[in-house]
Formats: sequence, structure tokens, C-alpha cells
Amino acid sequence: MAESTDTDERIKEVSPFRQALIRPELGGIVGTVAVFTLFALFAFDSGMFNSQGVLNWTIVSAQFMIIAVGACLLMISGEFDLSVGSMIGFAGMMIAVFGVVLAWPMWIAIIITFVICCALGALNGFIVVRTGLPSFIVTLAFLFILRGFTIYIPQTIERKTIIGGIRDAAEGDWLAPVFGGKIGQPLFQWLGDMGIIGVFERGTRAGQPVVDGIPMLIVWALVLIIFGHVLLTRTRFGNWIFASGGDAEAARNSGVPVNKVKILMFTFTAFCATVFAVCQVMEFGSAGADRGLLKEFEAIIAVVIGGALLTGGYGSVIGAALGALIFGVVQQGLFFAGVESSLFRVFLGVILLFAVILNTYIRRIITGER
Amino acid sequence: MSDPIIQMKNIEKHFGSVIALAGVSVDVFPGECHCLLGDNGAGKSTFIKTMSGVHKPTHGEIIFEGRPLDFADPRDAIAAGIATVHQHLAMIPLMSVSRNFFMGNEPLKKVAGLSFFDHDYANRVTMEEMRKMGINLRGPDQAVGTLSGGERQTVAIARAVHFGAKVLILDEPTSALGVRQTSNVLATIDKVRKQGIAVVFITHNVRHAMAVGDRFTVLNRGQTLGTAVRGDITPEELQDMMAGGQEMATLEGSLGGTV
Repeated sequence: MAESTDTDERIKEVSPFRQALIRPELGGIVGTVAVFTLFALFAFDSGMFNSQGVLNWTIVSAQFMIIAVGACLLMISGEFDLSVGSMIGFAGMMIAVFGVVLAWPMWIAIIITFVICCALGALNGFIVVRTGLPSFIVTLAFLFILRGFTIYIPQTIERKTIIGGIRDAAEGDWLAPVFGGKIGQPLFQWLGDMGIIGVFERGTRAGQPVVDGIPMLIVWALVLIIFGHVLLTRTRFGNWIFASGGDAEAARNSGVPVNKVKILMFTFTAFCATVFAVCQVMEFGSAGADRGLLKEFEAIIAVVIGGALLTGGYGSVIGAALGALIFGVVQQGLFFAGVESSLFRVFLGVILLFAVILNTYIRRIITGER
Repeated sequence: MSDPIIQMKNIEKHFGSVIALAGVSVDVFPGECHCLLGDNGAGKSTFIKTMSGVHKPTHGEIIFEGRPLDFADPRDAIAAGIATVHQHLAMIPLMSVSRNFFMGNEPLKKVAGLSFFDHDYANRVTMEEMRKMGINLRGPDQAVGTLSGGERQTVAIARAVHFGAKVLILDEPTSALGVRQTSNVLATIDKVRKQGIAVVFITHNVRHAMAVGDRFTVLNRGQTLGTAVRGDITPEELQDMMAGGQEMATLEGSLGGTV
């Protein structure tokens, strides 16, 4: 019979390097360090690291982070959502239609938009779960359906594809500042007074800091990241997310409600897209039919850079957030460094390829496949 | 010996015009390893699916702990203490052993009114249970994908035992394993049996059955060919019964007794 030895002599000592390699965040951490080092060396004097510069790339990163959190949890649960970009355009347009065209109070417009978009997300999930079709196809259909409506609705009722006047409509509303406001003004005023961050030198706002607060967009990004990370790693539901994406059949055999998990993750992805959209229309003051174009791919790329497997069952919200940060820093950093912006796409393609190859290699280490 | 924990009396199962089981009776006692042998298509799978609540018997009754049972679905059977470890394991390679161990039964702890996955408890229990089964993990966060097939079977068995299985049904646990891994799994079965759990071990390998079995029931074409106690029967006889006493005779010489 089997002898019970303390160690299996065939298992080689695992080096700390390989141990670290199987952490999903590793790629994201290394990438973040590399990107910051690079720009600190080549674009330090360009204004990228003063208060405005920091705010600039932080906002862009935060935008990516918001949709990446949703896409990350969904990908770990084994599905994709290609309709995120269209959902962003659609949600923004809904806000404009309800809040400006129909002139409902802004908070009602925001709440109704959230309800509609989450319901559409759930519908996505429901169709995927019920038909067993790949989510790639189902959400691709929704990519076109939602984008079509986003163009059709404003054209039919307003004869234009951009509806403005949202900022005026949101004036004095209690819910709108939760998405379009800023926090920490006194702190930034103090930092400006102390001379730590830049202040306006002349004009009507002389003496006020150039950066006068943290936009709620960034707060939302941080809240969603923390929520997503805790949900995934510290709760029962998080275990179900991993299980659903790892092997849906095995998860079902163990009593995990796989369908429910997947539908909820689709809903959460739609929720994140709507948060993005509401923050955006509050900032711009208008909703455009072309908003959110290609965002679904950017979200997926950020998640993959963050170490998640395209096949599901493995990944990290923190990794996805770092992926989004790399994304934002590089996109804005190339601008600060004066590099032709079209090269950003080249960078995207290259880093995506690297990330996927690295992830595949890591997967082999974890599962012991060859 | 005490009363049987589960009795399957005259179980018949028809699928349309096909009679998969034509009156099979088996009883299993706590702490015994009851081997269910049979060739492919003999009705082993149908029989254990009936036992674990997947199928309802067309005729016959199941008596569990002295009471007639009527399972509506497999969850009832699991709740009653009948656990099945399938050939296709309910294990996810990318997840850690401890996350797999508690999948669907995650331990919770309350922090500030919210429920969180109690990782400390899960890790501790997983390490303890695995050590009892004679497997030393590198750590509870080791991915199941790095375990061998036999170790995975052992994790699945340990999980079923931990969650209160009284009857453990093992569906061909050794069929895809190498020699060493097989012996590990057989050793695990022996440990489980000694804890007073009734083990139903399905296999078509006579030698594996002889290694751990207390009693042997052979199924052939949906019928039992009787139950034999260890020592009353030789491997050759079992083999013959499984094959229905046919063709095997001519191959006997070249196969050297058992397959």
C-alpha cells in the first residue's frame, strides 16, 4: 500500500520567483513600475508629475478602472461583455433623454438609467445562460443593438446626435454631484496655500489651486476596486465567481448557483458601464451617440494585462486596476512626452500580446499542464 | 454486524423500453467497503445514480437508516449523507485546494455584520483533513491543478467525508490512474472505511476490488449475480461472473487469470 512520505521526492523545490509569478497581479505590478520609471526618466519635466498632470492621467486611468473592475469579475466568472462601450453611450443618452428632453429631475433620470442598464446587463446574462451560446456572440449583438438605439433615439426626437444642457439640468440636484462633483477642496486649497501644488497666478481665480479637488470619478473607481477585490477574495460569492469560471459543471455539482453568479456579473458589468457614463455626461455636460466607442476592448485589455485568463477562473481585481493604470499613464504620458499619439495603439497591441503570452505560461505553471 | 445503513430492495429502473435494472438488491453496512463490479453496460451507473437520488427507481424501495426514502433530487441525498465522488470530479484545477474543498459550503465569519469567507478556518481544516488522508500539501493555497489524479480523488473523498457523508459512493475512482496513484486511493478508501463510513466502490477491475473490498456484488445485464463475502470467492470467479461466464474462458491462458 501507499507509504506516507513527508515530501514527494519528484517535486522540485519551487523557487520564490516562480511562486511570485503565479500571483495574478505580478504582471500588473511589474508593468506599473516599468511605466512609471520610463516616464519619470523621459518626461519628468513635461508637467506630467505636477498636480495637473497627475490629475490628468489619474482621471483617464480611473475611467479605465471603473469598466475594468466589471469586466474583470465577469471574465473570472467565465464570460465576456463586448457591449460595454455601447452601454456607456446608451446610458449617457438615457440620462440626456430623461433629464433634458423630458426634463425630469436629474436624480430620477439617473436612477431610471441605472435600472434600465442593469436590466439590460441581466438580459445579456440571461440569454447567455439560457441558450448556452458564447457570451462573445450574444454581447456582440448587444454592441450593435445598443449603439443603434443610441444613435436612433436622439436623431428621432431631437434631430441631432449630441444632447447638451445636462449640467444646467443637474444644477442643484442631490444625486448628480455623487457622479459629477469633487471632494477634498479644502485640502487642495491648503496644499495650494502651502505652495505644495500649483495655484493660478492671475485672473479671477488667482490664488486658488489649479487642481481644486478630486473628481468623484476617481472616488468611484477606488470604491469599485475595493468592493470588487473584497468580493472576489474574501467572500463566499467570490469563491463562486472563481468556481463558475473555472469549471461551470464541477461548480454545479458542488452546489454553486452558476447561472445566478453569471447573470449577476453581467449586471455588475452594466452597472460599472453606467457609472462611467453618468460621470462622463456630468463632466462633459452632454451625451453623444459615439461615446464609449471601443471601451469594451480597452476594458478587456486592462483586465488581461492585470493577469486574468481569457478562459475564466483566474484573475485579480487589483491586477485589472493596475492594468487600467498602465493604460491611462501610457496614453497620457505619450502625449506629455510629445510622442505621436497613434503609437499608443502600437503599444496597446504589443502589450496585449505580451500579457496573453505571459498569462498562458502562468496558467501552465498553475495547472501543471505541459 | 449492526443494521445496514442503506438497503436497496428489488430496484428496477426502466428507460422507455430499455430495462436498465431488473430487480437489484444490495445492502451496505457502516464501515464496510462494498464493491459493485460489472462490465460496461451492466447497470452500475444507473444503480448508483438511483442510490444518490439522480434517478427515481421504477419499482423497488430504498431504505436508509431504517426508514424508506424517496429522494426528489440529488441534494436530498447529499443532505441525508449520501455523497458521490464522480469520475469527473467536482474539482477546479485553477483554484486552491482549500477553495475547492469548501466550494459550495464556504465557511463564513461575520465582520461588522457582513459575511466573509473564513479563509483561516478553511485553510486549517483543509490541511488537517488532507494530513489525515496521508497527503502533505505544500500549502492550502496550492492549486488543485498541481495535484496528481490520485491526490485529486483523495481531496474529493476527504471533502465528502468532512461534510458528513455516511455513505460514500465512489464511481470508478481508480479507472484513470497509474499504479501508485491507485494504491494511494485504495489506501484512502481503507481509511474512510475505518471511520465507520459505508463505502460503495464501483469498479470493473477485480484486483482493485479484492484489495479493499469486504463484500462484492456483481452486476450483469441489469441483474445481481449475488453478493459474496471476502474470502469466499476468488478473483477468477468474480471475473467470470462479470463477464457472464462467457468468452473469458478462451482468453484465460493468455491473460494469466485476471484482467
